[in-house]
Amino acid sequence: MRVSLREVAYTRSGDKSDTSNVGVVPYRPDDLAWLERELTVDRVREAFSGLVVGDIRRYVLPGIHALNFVMEHALGGGVSRSLNLDAHGKSWGNLMLSMEVEAPQGWSPAWPEVSAHD
Amino acid sequence: MKETVRIGWGSAYADDNLDPAEDLAQFGRLDALCFDALAERTLALAQIRRRHDPLQGYDLRLDEFGRRFLPYAAQGLKLVTNMGAANPMAAAHRLSQIAQEMGLGTVRIAAVTGDDVTDAILALDPLLDENGRALSQMPGKPVCANAYIGAEPLVQALNQGADVVVGGRIADPSLGLAVLRHGFGWSDTDWNRLGQGIVVGHVLECGTHVTGGNFADPPYRVVPHLDRLGMPLAEVKGDGSAIIGKLDSSGGMVTTETVKAQLVYEIHNPAQYFTPDVTADFCGVEVLPIGPDRVMVVGGRGTARPQTLKVLVGIDEGWHAEAEISFAGPGAYERARLSQQILLQRVEHYDRQDVAEVRCDLIGINAIFGPASPQPASFPEDVRVRLAAHTWHQDTAERLTREVEWQYFGPSGGGGVRRRVTPRLAMYSTRIDAQAVRPRVAFIG
Repeated sequence: MRVSLREVAYTRSGDKSDTSNVGVVPYRPDDLAWLERELTVDRVREAFSGLVVGDIRRYVLPGIHALNFVMEHALGGGVSRSLNLDAHGKSWGNLMLSMEVEAPQGWSPAWPEVSAHD
Repeated sequence: MKETVRIGWGSAYADDNLDPAEDLAQFGRLDALCFDALAERTLALAQIRRRHDPLQGYDLRLDEFGRRFLPYAAQGLKLVTNMGAANPMAAAHRLSQIAQEMGLGTVRIAAVTGDDVTDAILALDPLLDENGRALSQMPGKPVCANAYIGAEPLVQALNQGADVVVGGRIADPSLGLAVLRHGFGWSDTDWNRLGQGIVVGHVLECGTHVTGGNFADPPYRVVPHLDRLGMPLAEVKGDGSAIIGKLDSSGGMVTTETVKAQLVYEIHNPAQYFTPDVTADFCGVEVLPIGPDRVMVVGGRGTARPQTLKVLVGIDEGWHAEAEISFAGPGAYERARLSQQILLQRVEHYDRQDVAEVRCDLIGINAIFGPASPQPASFPEDVRVRLAAHTWHQDTAERLTREVEWQYFGPSGGGGVRRRVTPRLAMYSTRIDAQAVRPRVAFIG
């Protein structure tokens, strides 16, 4: 079942010089196992093709069930040098969320419950 | 020793709003309030202000900070900040002056200096991380170099009775770690506690990032009362375990999701988060819901601190030119494309030695993600053309922005031109032997 990553996880992007990192946190910790299979470095490189020039590495934060993608030469030189309108790459995580992933049979989104607040 | 230390976070960068910080000072029952004020470029801009006036170079909010928060310092709230930016000594003297004017002369103010390593870096001529080139081989002129320094001098100042500690390029999470080391007497080689202390500082250091800022994505993620977002606070125990929270009166929310989002912010290898104090390990960090707007953070660990410190070098690299023009209504995309083509043709006639880099975007179509932009289902009828360039001469930058203005006479209906020319202060990173950097504490008065 093809689903948008936005149904499964949220992201946050950060910048250090010309390196961007995008943390991907599934709403449900159990979804990390299949997300790890789906959200490979190769697929992320494809989604950021032409935007990220350098290497991409993926790390796992087991305690919070999250993935972290570290992307080099990803910001057109970094905030002080980039000519990109979004020089920080604040929205790189949102580009990540536009990716599609193959969810297991019978999977359903979790987000309506977790966003219920107040 | 205290059983619990309550830390509030009052600022996450140089232009942050100080209103939520004052709410925390008033109602947070805090031991300390930390103010981070430095992003990568902030300090270099401050160095330029100091060049124009040797008494300047500190955070532009310093007077407001003094007037609003020194009265709380007089009542026992510790204020810990890197708002000294390029001139911590001048900042401390200015705060002392404000304290005198307000009749708060008993407040003890300390400056932390020693992060400015400009002379040392110029002599060392190190390779830059970004491109592997030696500093001296770069085409621009170096403006400044500052090393990220850690909690140690802040702890010394606090232990000697400082109420206010103001420094320069102190690493953001180290501001919080200093408060914890002071409060609990942690040694500077208690790596696991220091690692957890950095985790706490990291969760707090971006302020509203953990209370619901930069998080809402309706309908997937809904954050209440973003119009009155508050700053975070942490209740920390002697083992470093921390409950992250906020004032009930403020908007936003602290949930396991907001805390996790901040934990992954601007980290690379989570097993080795390098700071001047400790190499922190985020891999075992867990977040546990404790109650409404209360989330426990535990499990940070650490190993020995790096032998080198990160240094940011600012280099004067000429100018940034940026200008935009809008096209709206039927055919907006086609007219914007035409304008883009005309602009790129005209830029061809410029001296490409002077125009080092140029790009022309269609805002609303593909300005941000460029070639990685997903194909739109249809084109909007409201598109903005943006020309951006790096030039070595100011007059070239000015003229390039005029090119966009002249698109009033390009395709029909171009409007809303905005032009901007700014100095390009480019930041590069390198490292310096930690032994070569000697932070110092000076009490004022």
